[in-house]
Amino acid sequence: MKNKIITADEAVAGVTDGMTIMVGGFLGTGSPEILMDALIKKGVKNLTVIGNDGGLPDGTYGHKSARGIGKLLEAGMVKHIIASHVGMNPLIGEGMNDGTLQCTLVPQGTLAEKIRASAYGLGGVLTPTGIGTPVQFEPDELGREKRVVELEGKRYLLEMPLRADYAFIRATIADKFGNYMCAKATKNFNYLMAGAADKTIIATEKLVEIGEMDADTWKVQGVLVDGIVEGEKKWEI
Amino acid sequence: MGDLKERIAKRCAKEFEDGDFVNLGIGLPTQVSNYIPEGIEVVLHSENGFAGLDALAAPGSEDVDIINAGGMYATAVDHVGYFDTATSFGLVRGGHVKATVLGAMEVAENGDLANWIVPGKKVAGMGGAMDLVTGAEKCIIVMLHTQKGEPKILKKCRLPLTAEKCVNMIITEMGVMEVKEEGLVLKELHPDYTLEEIKAATECDLIISPDLKPMEE
Repeated sequence: MKNKIITADEAVAGVTDGMTIMVGGFLGTGSPEILMDALIKKGVKNLTVIGNDGGLPDGTYGHKSARGIGKLLEAGMVKHIIASHVGMNPLIGEGMNDGTLQCTLVPQGTLAEKIRASAYGLGGVLTPTGIGTPVQFEPDELGREKRVVELEGKRYLLEMPLRADYAFIRATIADKFGNYMCAKATKNFNYLMAGAADKTIIATEKLVEIGEMDADTWKVQGVLVDGIVEGEKKWEI
Repeated sequence: MGDLKERIAKRCAKEFEDGDFVNLGIGLPTQVSNYIPEGIEVVLHSENGFAGLDALAAPGSEDVDIINAGGMYATAVDHVGYFDTATSFGLVRGGHVKATVLGAMEVAENGDLANWIVPGKKVAGMGGAMDLVTGAEKCIIVMLHTQKGEPKILKKCRLPLTAEKCVNMIITEMGVMEVKEEGLVLKELHPDYTLEEIKAATECDLIISPDLKPMEE
């Protein structure tokens, strides 16, 4: 069996300036913090970052540091963010105002399907969400105009797949092949981003031997995972 | 003002039946859960990934893997089901969510809704709102009838839309309205107001229901 177990530094070694990355999590919950820390240590610039939101800035709800994508924003590493909600992180509004940050807003359900389409080989998805709104009238993340498709008398937007160079995911438990599961409300985008990037990296709280847990434990298949990093920790309040 | 919002939340809580799967937005919509009648369980959809949202977590007993859609530590009911974001919004777009309750900046008489962006102001993003109002079986708007004395219920929205023709019902401190083919129908009027007053506070025409009732509380 191929060894996929690597350090956080090795996991981000191939990330270079201007790349596109996806990061799991919802307002930091379910984000791979040790991979964010490793990216900051490496110091890459001008990233395009795909995620649900901008994470959380330092101090939100009493947290002791920024969380998730919030760390990358704080370190000034992001050029373009593609997300559904950015209101919890003022750094995004500030970056948009001073022209240093581009922001493409995508409805949350649409963002999920664009990522899934990319992982699972679909040419795009048709959704009624966004018809008649700026989501229809404004160009997408790559500057393409939106296409409206009418089927059986109903209008849909054609939303194109969203792909990245790297997907950074947080798992609660993984085995050494890369099969993994995410506890409770940490599933969010962590079950969708695997395979939607050229390299899929998971940071796991717990790493177990092959066969140590029942195979039905696993919700995402290790065949999609390129690298496994051990040492993710539960967030401390 | 607090009393008016409580009135709106209480009235909205009467819309649900036992077992309904419902999404409540942040703010006034969240208060609706405080007034669900005894013996009725409304299963709350938390769009970040579960069916069965309960109260906020008590300080000291937080589970860091459970937050609500606002990012605050929350709890879940015993029969909770957790899922990823694609499933969460599949449930929404698939029409499996009985109702979504949200606030609004503007609602038009045809059910158009604007509640996510004011050009030139700070951008927050639509989050799940566009999917919710498009996909949920019923979209209920709870809000104060006017904003600084200006009508919010309009002939046509001026702000960019959240979705076209998605609103089914509007509940304000003045009354309860339903969006119908023929226009916006006033179904209930609160006893504190006259028909003239609610009409004056509404930009579009109000069709008075033939069985107009006093607004329940």
